[in-house]
Amino acid sequence: MEIPKSFLGYKRENKRVGTRNHVVILPVDDISNACAEAVANNIKGTFAIPHAYGRLQFGADLELFFDTMIGTGKNPNVAACVVIGIEPKWTKKIVDAVATTGKPVEGFSIEGAGDIETIMKASRKAQEFSQWASEKQREECPLSDLWISVKCGESDTTSGMAANPAVGNLMDKLEPLGVHLCFGETSELTGAEKVCATRGANPEASDKFMKTWSDYNDFILKEATNDLSESQPTAGNIAGGLTTIEEKAFGNFQKIGSRTFIDVLTPAEEPKKGPGLYFMDTSSAAGECLTLQAAAGFNIHLFPTGQGNIIGNAIEPVVKLTGNPSTAINMKEHIDLDVSKILKREMNMDQAGDELIKTTIRAASGRLTCAEVLGHKEFIMTKLFRSA
Amino acid sequence: MTNTDIIIHDEKDNVGVVVIEKIIPNQDCNCWVMENDSSMQIQSKNEIPLGHKIAMIDFKEGDTIIKYGHDIGKVVKSIKKGEHVHVHNVKTKKW
Repeated sequence: MEIPKSFLGYKRENKRVGTRNHVVILPVDDISNACAEAVANNIKGTFAIPHAYGRLQFGADLELFFDTMIGTGKNPNVAACVVIGIEPKWTKKIVDAVATTGKPVEGFSIEGAGDIETIMKASRKAQEFSQWASEKQREECPLSDLWISVKCGESDTTSGMAANPAVGNLMDKLEPLGVHLCFGETSELTGAEKVCATRGANPEASDKFMKTWSDYNDFILKEATNDLSESQPTAGNIAGGLTTIEEKAFGNFQKIGSRTFIDVLTPAEEPKKGPGLYFMDTSSAAGECLTLQAAAGFNIHLFPTGQGNIIGNAIEPVVKLTGNPSTAINMKEHIDLDVSKILKREMNMDQAGDELIKTTIRAASGRLTCAEVLGHKEFIMTKLFRSA
Repeated sequence: MTNTDIIIHDEKDNVGVVVIEKIIPNQDCNCWVMENDSSMQIQSKNEIPLGHKIAMIDFKEGDTIIKYGHDIGKVVKSIKKGEHVHVHNVKTKKW
């Protein structure tokens, strides 16, 4: 197949391109959720992104909180952003950082004004943003404006055989075209970590990966009472035929095809070394991983699943594919692409990769994904340690 | 095209994965090597369910299982070609 050269996206003020045109109402903290949701309810064409944190966090945990919130506001899938917090200082911090993209953003703080007055003022601004954004048109953009993140979930043996290598095939085809790519899941690479390290494009990237993985492993050894052999692979994995943690990890690892990664990102860190594949230090919990990848600026996500994970994301469209024929039938409403024909040899990996490229471009150009039409807007903060 | 009963990821792999509901003892199975799109045959010795692995060669204790072209664990009990490969005869090298 000749790979299409372009997709239809929204060109933003900072030259990035969005696959969506969201106007978001971003609460800074847990107690501002009610206000943000009231504004989103008043003003059509907007939605709120409620979450559980933003109070009394400190140190690295607070930094990650801000990186996640700011990165979410900056993501090119967000056309404009209203920020609402209890206090003016942290609200302003987020507003100022998001404003560096050039997109419309305004902050409101509730203290001293109360919910009702804040809702009124923020609603007026949200109305202005919503109508402004509604006039934005999709334009033809090169594929190099795609920033694709990947993560798999509810994996089974079909994941390693079909859905994950299909993603790898897409990476092999799209990376040379200048696409940004990102995989994560530090924990799920255990067993394949040495081989993964050899995929660093340079010694610095390899060393950074091994340090990231070792830090994670040290944390596990400190927190766990024994090794992970009781829980990795899980009982479900074993019933499905996965024998060892190495086998599970290499199945996961199929997602990057034969690519090498050019840098290792901290959670929610924006890639700065240009197009290519990045590894991000993330949890393997889908909600947390996707939220971090979206906050780093990725504008479309590919999610291979075996048994049928149903995850979506607040701002990043999630394209789901499966190689499991039962999941493709029984959970049809969640599956954007069925690659189970690979198992019957009615489809080869090259064809599966091509189909996935087509599906990805359609979703990037505006076709709603299954997760979007089903209302999945997961936004899950990664918490590093307990609050003060 | 003949039905595929077993998929082998990589040319270097010494195990394959069952992709039909199950294979029964003494079944002549069609194997597909994904990496180079080639075919081969193997006769099973055990019943092996969907998603589980079959030995493509004879293994003795201490041998290494290769899947995806990589080391996925060590043989802890000898395995004959065509037998079921799983937690009863293979263990991780991690712990």
